[in-house]
Amino acid sequence: MTEIRIGFIPLVDAAPLVALKELGFAREEGIEVLLHREISWSNIRDKLAVGLYDGSHLLAPMALATNLGLAGPPADLIVPYVLNLNGDVLCATSAFLDAVGLPPDAGAPDIAARIRAGTLGRTVTFGVPFFFSTHHFLLRYWLASEGIDPDRDVRIEVIPPPLMPEAIGNGVIDGMMVGEPWGSVAIDRGEASIFLSATEIWAGTPEKVFGMRRSWAEAHEGAVQGLLRALYRASTWVQDPNNRVTLSELLAREAYLDVSAEVIERALSGELTRTPQGIQGKTERFMVFQDGASSFPWLSQALWLLTEMERWGFVSVTPEMQRAVRNTMAPNLYREALTPLGIAIPSANSKVEGALHESTPAASARGRLFLGPDAFCDGAVFDPAPSE
Amino acid sequence: MKIVVIDLQNERAGLIKEALAEAGFPDVVVVAETDRLLERLGELDPDAVLIDLEAPSRDMLEQMFEVSRQVKRPVAMFVDDSGESSIAAAVEAGVGAYVVNGLAKARIKPVMDLAISRYNAFTRLQTELDTAKAALAERKLIDRAKGILMKMRGIEEEDAYKLLRKTAMNQNRKIAEIAESIVTTAELFHQ
Repeated sequence: MTEIRIGFIPLVDAAPLVALKELGFAREEGIEVLLHREISWSNIRDKLAVGLYDGSHLLAPMALATNLGLAGPPADLIVPYVLNLNGDVLCATSAFLDAVGLPPDAGAPDIAARIRAGTLGRTVTFGVPFFFSTHHFLLRYWLASEGIDPDRDVRIEVIPPPLMPEAIGNGVIDGMMVGEPWGSVAIDRGEASIFLSATEIWAGTPEKVFGMRRSWAEAHEGAVQGLLRALYRASTWVQDPNNRVTLSELLAREAYLDVSAEVIERALSGELTRTPQGIQGKTERFMVFQDGASSFPWLSQALWLLTEMERWGFVSVTPEMQRAVRNTMAPNLYREALTPLGIAIPSANSKVEGALHESTPAASARGRLFLGPDAFCDGAVFDPAPSE
Repeated sequence: MKIVVIDLQNERAGLIKEALAEAGFPDVVVVAETDRLLERLGELDPDAVLIDLEAPSRDMLEQMFEVSRQVKRPVAMFVDDSGESSIAAAVEAGVGAYVVNGLAKARIKPVMDLAISRYNAFTRLQTELDTAKAALAERKLIDRAKGILMKMRGIEEEDAYKLLRKTAMNQNRKIAEIAESIVTTAELFHQ
């Protein structure tokens, strides 16, 4: 048995890691998974970087920022697997909606119009859980698509999810982009309404990824391949609607999320309660774990994130940075590990992002492969630099 | 050099402040609350920040340093340019450090080493304290169980203890566990 130490943050999208351990997928590959719950993303990143963890639940942009030397201890990480697509919710606080004269179920265009018009009378502040996060970049993307300058017209603050309710209570934030279950928890407390989801901003957001140190992965090649196969089986199990009740109960445990199973089930099914008054809304592909090569680590997804980091002035991209970002994603490792499963795997490492509005057939070495939708809210298409 | 210590453990923060003063760094401010953290840091304007890695507010600090990179005075994380083994030692001990860019590495090094050793010492103390507390609780439990046995069976203290020990051995359990069940049962009967 190879022991693999893995850190996670209590979020619904840690589900494949929990299933990996609890349902025996890892053990079938001769791997013993030790899961450790963490309090903050910086903590998880540092513990992975210095070798206290062998693998970890990571924010996709965080893995890139670490390898670019933008934050945290020096580290060379690889991302051979995407744990899930989408799953974040954009919420407005009840106090904000009240103050600008909107009903609890106000839509995104109305909220954007109020922000543009400056109705609140002071700078509107949004909370995001981390600086290098999809939350931060998707929020900026949506604001810009609505003609709002995220640097001039609003303020964006990092607030750890457990501290968000307090920040809402103090009026520190007027809205937030947060991963489930924390949005739904705020809705149930009567503090906020969901008005948009990550799926509606970018239908193919690589949300959490599985990161490892390159040196560790190279030294434990066989175990890493076994782990990726086990992860694939775990993700497939997690995606199956028939397993939702069991999975919700499992994640609800004190050791994992420590919230009610009912709240978790909403995120898994995409049937969200959008307002404190109980207005329901179903979001297709709200959180995708295994569907249409969703777990494949596309270079184009990473390059899009890099472009956004540059767009907002966090980096000035050099050819070395492009190379570092391409090197972070490890599609070949994914391919090598999963080929024995006989599943359809993309033959390319990059794709045009934002072109697919529905599930579409794509080239694959074997079997029939369908790629899931990946449209952006403003209809943009991102064509990465020529692929290798 | 002004140092801010952010620690949810008051006791440990006190120990660090004391040790830093002894080492020649008297200008240390302890911040315990997470509320208004960034504002307070702005007011205090420290040269270095030491933070408990278990503090959730650490992610907020990272943003502050990221934003500062662009707009305010340039700030960097100390661990960026220190040796890998010293970073690992800091993370393992549970302490993080950030310094204002340009502060000489040689000046922050003793502060960091001191913080690491205090964190480790505190963890050891905590473990010892927890062990001592548990032992004390067990001894009290065993004394109560002995008292109950002496009264109910009319035996001497030594025999009561032997009985406890024999039962524990026969059932392959700890004496404290047997004592606990005796105390619980007695409480049930007295209600």
